[in-house]
Amino acid sequence: MQKIGVFVCWCGSNIATTVDVAQVVAAVKTIPNVAFAADYKYMCSEGGQELIHKAVQDYQLDRIVVCSCSPRMHEATFRNCAEQVGINPYLVEIANIREQCSWIIKDRAQATAKAIQLAKAAIAKVRFNTPLTPGESKVVKRALVIGGGIAGIQAALDIAEAGYKVDIVERQPAIGGRMAQLDKTFPTLDCSACILTPKMMDAANHPNIKLYTYSEVEAVSGFVGNFEVKIRQKARSVDAKRCTGCGICTEKCPSRKTSSEFELGLKTRGAIYIPFSQALPKVPVIDREHCLKFQTGKCGICSKVCPAECIDYTQQDEIITEHYGAIVAATGFDLLPLDKFGEYGYQDSPDVITSLEFERLTNATGPTEGHLVCPSTGKEPKSVIIVSCVGSRDTSGRGKTYCSKICCMYNAKQAMYIREKYPQIDVTVFYIDVRTPGKAFDEFYRRAVEEFNVHYIKGQVGKVLKDARGGLTVFASDLLSDKHLMLHADMVILATAVKPAAGARKLATMLTASMDNDDFFTEAHPKLRPVESPTAGIFLAGMCQGPKDIPETVSQAGAAAVKVVGLLAKDKLRTNPCVAHCQENICSGCLACEKVCPYGAITAETKTVINLAGVKEQRTVAVVNQTLCQGCGACTVACPAAAMDLKGFSNQEILAEVDALC
Amino acid sequence: MVDKVQEQVEALRRLAHTPLQDCIQCGRCSAGCPVAFKMDLLPHRVVWELAQGNLETLLKATAPWQCVSCFACQNRCPRGVSPAAVMEALRLTAIRQQGANKYDAAQLEHFDPELPQQALVAVFRKFNK
Ligand SMILES: Cc1cc2nc3c(=O)[nH]c(=O)nc-3n(C[C@H](O)[C@H](O)[C@H](O)COP(=O)(O)OP(=O)(O)OC[C@H]3O[C@@H](n4cnc5c(N)ncnc54)[C@H](O)[C@@H]3O)c2cc1C
Ligand code: SF4
Ligand code: SF4
Repeated sequence: MQKIGVFVCWCGSNIATTVDVAQVVAAVKTIPNVAFAADYKYMCSEGGQELIHKAVQDYQLDRIVVCSCSPRMHEATFRNCAEQVGINPYLVEIANIREQCSWIIKDRAQATAKAIQLAKAAIAKVRFNTPLTPGESKVVKRALVIGGGIAGIQAALDIAEAGYKVDIVERQPAIGGRMAQLDKTFPTLDCSACILTPKMMDAANHPNIKLYTYSEVEAVSGFVGNFEVKIRQKARSVDAKRCTGCGICTEKCPSRKTSSEFELGLKTRGAIYIPFSQALPKVPVIDREHCLKFQTGKCGICSKVCPAECIDYTQQDEIITEHYGAIVAATGFDLLPLDKFGEYGYQDSPDVITSLEFERLTNATGPTEGHLVCPSTGKEPKSVIIVSCVGSRDTSGRGKTYCSKICCMYNAKQAMYIREKYPQIDVTVFYIDVRTPGKAFDEFYRRAVEEFNVHYIKGQVGKVLKDARGGLTVFASDLLSDKHLMLHADMVILATAVKPAAGARKLATMLTASMDNDDFFTEAHPKLRPVESPTAGIFLAGMCQGPKDIPETVSQAGAAAVKVVGLLAKDKLRTNPCVAHCQENICSGCLACEKVCPYGAITAETKTVINLAGVKEQRTVAVVNQTLCQGCGACTVACPAAAMDLKGFSNQEILAEVDALC
Repeated sequence: MVDKVQEQVEALRRLAHTPLQDCIQCGRCSAGCPVAFKMDLLPHRVVWELAQGNLETLLKATAPWQCVSCFACQNRCPRGVSPAAVMEALRLTAIRQQGANKYDAAQLEHFDPELPQQALVAVFRKFNK
């Protein structure tokens, strides 16, 4: 006869104030097979676990039910506790009487009644539980980092330094990300390229790091410890091994009308181009859509001028298949398109620019070689207005509901750039509130006001119009003086909301990693597991997880790298034994399960089975690969014959639970 | 008395039917309002005063009569608040004030007999309480 022990936790006052734990104990004691029941203040404490150990010995218990918090919190604790006294960990069931009961029900009688119901269901299930043993899977000692911005570069460097191989997949022709586009960086105002380029070099030259630039992840299968990833390396039309990066081709290319992605359309580039001067790898790429040779068959100048003879018009995309133990998502961000914000005149005037465009306009390597001029006239502006929160904190549906977090700081930074280099230019920042928490951050913003005489006006800009003199008329409000303002400006900078990089959702789907409504990757726990995705083996770094600046990005990348290294340091991982298996005598071989399995764990096999009538026959049945299966249960629902069953969550176990409730 | 004020404030809020508490006082509405330069109480203030329940300030304001109901404020508000709706609520309240009859039945004979009946009904609905 089974002997079940039931342990009801008070969770201090969390459960005990709304649930009458003594009554739960009394109720479960009357259930057949319950050989022992008790309540205790903290079941997860050492005392609580000792109580379990002692009861198991005194009453020869063989199954355990703990009525406590969510299994996400302490299932592992109680499984370990059971294992220590010789009970298979899978003969432990948790009844969640905290999150699903005491925390959500105010009435004590109601909460107690529900707690008893949940306990009964868990007892009904545990009766059918079978001992399970986890298997083992090997860990491939190589990591993949998707996105080669500062987040990806830092994560890769840290993993590589720990002694593991790591590949970076970057979809642009060069690594560096947005940081490569910035001029200087807050809060210390060091030149962005000066601190980024050495890191890019380190990544490009590290013996443990391999760069796949101009490449994208095409498919991901497998699971933690052993992901199989298909990478598409797009054809550069240039032999990267032979190219010396001299750049003659990019100078001689006659097709010069394409707007440069790196320069945000402020400059044009050739059809064959290197995105920026410090680009790594310094290998050009032919943009086939704008290349005369590809479009008209004529030209071929680059091939003629290349001293290393490395132009290859016949180069094909290459598909690389590689295995990885862990993956870091570091895909960064884009700016929100401004097409829904016509009132700011971004579409109408070239002198209304985004903050990122401004970074290019003040950058010595940028389209104006660092001279701040109005794009419309080429003349230096006399007054500049900066508008914060463009598209951020917007719940109307036009913009993003969140605060983009970095803008208040870069507004102060950009205002100071201007005032420092051009003291004659008047700079005004319109703000809703200035948000600058962080080490030395508020001081940084105050410096803009106190030392650099930047005008900060609490209020917003409502309209920007081109005026007759060729400048801009800006309508704004000054809330502290309660005034409506009509100002003249030569340049307006829009601190535009950030959003996750295009394609992030497609990637998340491939990784089976979850995202929030804004398409930022979600972390496994917002406080305690901030760099892990809920999907095992997938880690997060940088802006792809939420708005953040470089210091935070780098910290998160380092943390993600440590998690990756911790995983790669293991030779084997324990696999979850709660996997699917097929009852072959019932299986009709329809393979509905194969189609829904996201892990490709199900295959068809023709074999001899004993059918329901007890007769041997040769037929096709579904077979589950126990190491590939992740126990998601999709197949058990798809199977019309109910032949697929999940260990630890069998149909019999679940139905017993349901029967106990209804 | 206090209750009366509160009642009127509540009535105004019901009429305006816009989420006043969502306003973050950014001032974008006032900034883009084409007639803001004529207003004694800017659109963001109109929202603020109603959220605070400052009835007197609101009823004194002439801004609702400057407002041209262009809805620019509502379109640009990042929080889905409509200052225009508050303006309209203030106008409605002013015209609906009890005892503030502008026309009564005795004046009917002064109306142009050619006036469509619908216009007459509208006049009485608006101006006779
Ligand atoms: C105007 C402006 C000024 C700023 N100034 C400062 C400052 O002064 N100081 C500061 O600390 N921070 C500043 N920031 C913030 C800073 O830019 C970010 O914190 C930082 O760039 C985030 O790095 P990241 O690697 O997460 O993202 P990114 O820099 O966006 O890099 C992501 C990389 O991933 C690649 N990628 C995207 N999707 C894929 C895909 N599917 N496959 C392969 N590759 C992909 C991209 O091409 C890119 O190279 C500023 C931001 C802006 C907009
Ligand atoms: S009503 Fe909207 S636009 Fe006006 S201040 Fe409030 S949040 Fe800003
Ligand atoms: S609706 Fe009225 S308050 Fe709003 S912007 Fe137009 S005129 Fe101004």
